[in-house]
Amino acid sequence: MNTRKIEILVGLFVAAGLAALFMLAMKVSNLNIYSNDKGYEIIANFDDASGLKVKSPVTMAGVLIGRVSDIAFDEKIFEAVVKIRIESQYNTLPKDTSASIYTAGLLGEKYIGLEPGGDEENLKNNDKLQLTQSSLVLEKLISRFVDSFVNKDSAEKK
Amino acid sequence: MLNFIQQLGQSGISFFERLGRAHILFAQIVAGIPSMLTRFQLVIQQMYSVGVLSLLIILVSGLFVGMVLGLQGYNTLVDFGSEEALGVMVSLSLVRELGPVVAALLFAGRAGSALTAEIGLMKATEQLSAMEMMAIDPIRRVLTPRFLAGFISMPLLAALFSAVGVMGGAFVGSGLLGVDEGAYWSQMQASVDLYDDILNGVIKSIVFGVVVTWIALFEGYDAIPTSEGVSRATTRTVVHSSLAILGLDFILTAIMF
Repeated sequence: MNTRKIEILVGLFVAAGLAALFMLAMKVSNLNIYSNDKGYEIIANFDDASGLKVKSPVTMAGVLIGRVSDIAFDEKIFEAVVKIRIESQYNTLPKDTSASIYTAGLLGEKYIGLEPGGDEENLKNNDKLQLTQSSLVLEKLISRFVDSFVNKDSAEKK
Repeated sequence: MLNFIQQLGQSGISFFERLGRAHILFAQIVAGIPSMLTRFQLVIQQMYSVGVLSLLIILVSGLFVGMVLGLQGYNTLVDFGSEEALGVMVSLSLVRELGPVVAALLFAGRAGSALTAEIGLMKATEQLSAMEMMAIDPIRRVLTPRFLAGFISMPLLAALFSAVGVMGGAFVGSGLLGVDEGAYWSQMQASVDLYDDILNGVIKSIVFGVVVTWIALFEGYDAIPTSEGVSRATTRTVVHSSLAILGLDFILTAIMF
C-alpha cells in the first residue's frame, strides 16, 4: 500500500478518535454545565445541609437555573453556609426568594429548590437569602413519627 | 534436591535480569523519542498497523459490549423501576472501566502480539544486527516509532470503544426496550463528570497503551531468535500484558475513584 493511502487512513483514525473523545466530553459528560457563563453567587444558611454536595442542582419551578458552588460551616452560628451560583440570564429573582433542600425521589440526591417572593428588588451577587428550609433527614422524621405515637399512647393511658 | 535449589535460584536471577533489561530498554526507547519527532513519517506508518488495523475489532466489540450492558442493565434496573438510570450505568461502566480495560486487552491481543512477532522475526532473520552493522540504532529506528504509535493509538481506540458502546447501549435501551431517550442521555449527562470520569478513563488508557507496547516490544526484542522462541515470546506478550492491564487497573482505580 502506498504511503499516501496510509497517511489518509491514519489521519481518519486520529480524527475519529478525537471525535469520539469530543463526543464523550460533550454528549456523555456534564461539560455543558461548565459553561463560560460565570453567573452570580448568592448565599443561603441552612440549619442542616446534609446530603447536599458541591455541584448539586439548584432549581426554580423545577427548572435547573444554577448549581451549588461551595458548602462551608460557620462555627459562630453553627449553620451550614451554602453558596449558590445562578446563571446570569436569570437575574430577576426577587430579593425575598426562599430556598429549601429537597430530595429527588424517595431516596434520590438532594437539590435546592428556590421559591420566588414578591419583592421589587432583585438578588445581586453575594446577597444572602433570608428564608431557608433545611433538608429532611429520614431518621429524624421517623423518630418524630415514633415519638408522636409514644406520646399519644401515654396520653391515652393517663 | 541440590539441583532443584540451583534451578530455583537461576530462575530467580533470570527474572530480575529480564526485569532490569526491560527497564533499560524502556529508557532507551524513551530516549529515542525526541529524534523521532523530526521523522514522524515512521510513526504514522506504525500507527497504521497498530491503530487503524485494530479499529474493526475495537469498534465491533465496543458496540456489542455496549448493547449487552444495555440489555443486562435494563433487566436489573427494571426490577427497581429505575430503568431511566440505564444511561448512567452504561456510560459510567464503559468510560471508567470497560472502555480502557477491554480495549487494552483487545489491543494486546491484536496489536501487541503482532509487534512481538514482527520484532522477534526481525531478530531471528538478523535484520536487527544488519542494522547495527550499518550503524543504525535498531532501538531508535524500529522500536521507538512503534512505541509512540501504541502510546498515541491506545487512548484514541479506548475513546472510540466507549463512544460506540454508549451508542450501542442507547440503541438497545431506547430503541428496542423503550427507555425514554431523553432520560437516557440527560441522566447520563447529570452524573458523568468530565474530569472525574472521562479524563481518568483517558489517563488509564494512556497507561495501558504504554505498558502493553512496552511489554510487546521488550518480548520481541528479547526473544530467543528461533521460530519456537518467537512463538513463546508472542504468547508471553499476550499473557503478561493482560495480567499487567488487570493489575494496573486495580491500582489506578483505587487511586482515582
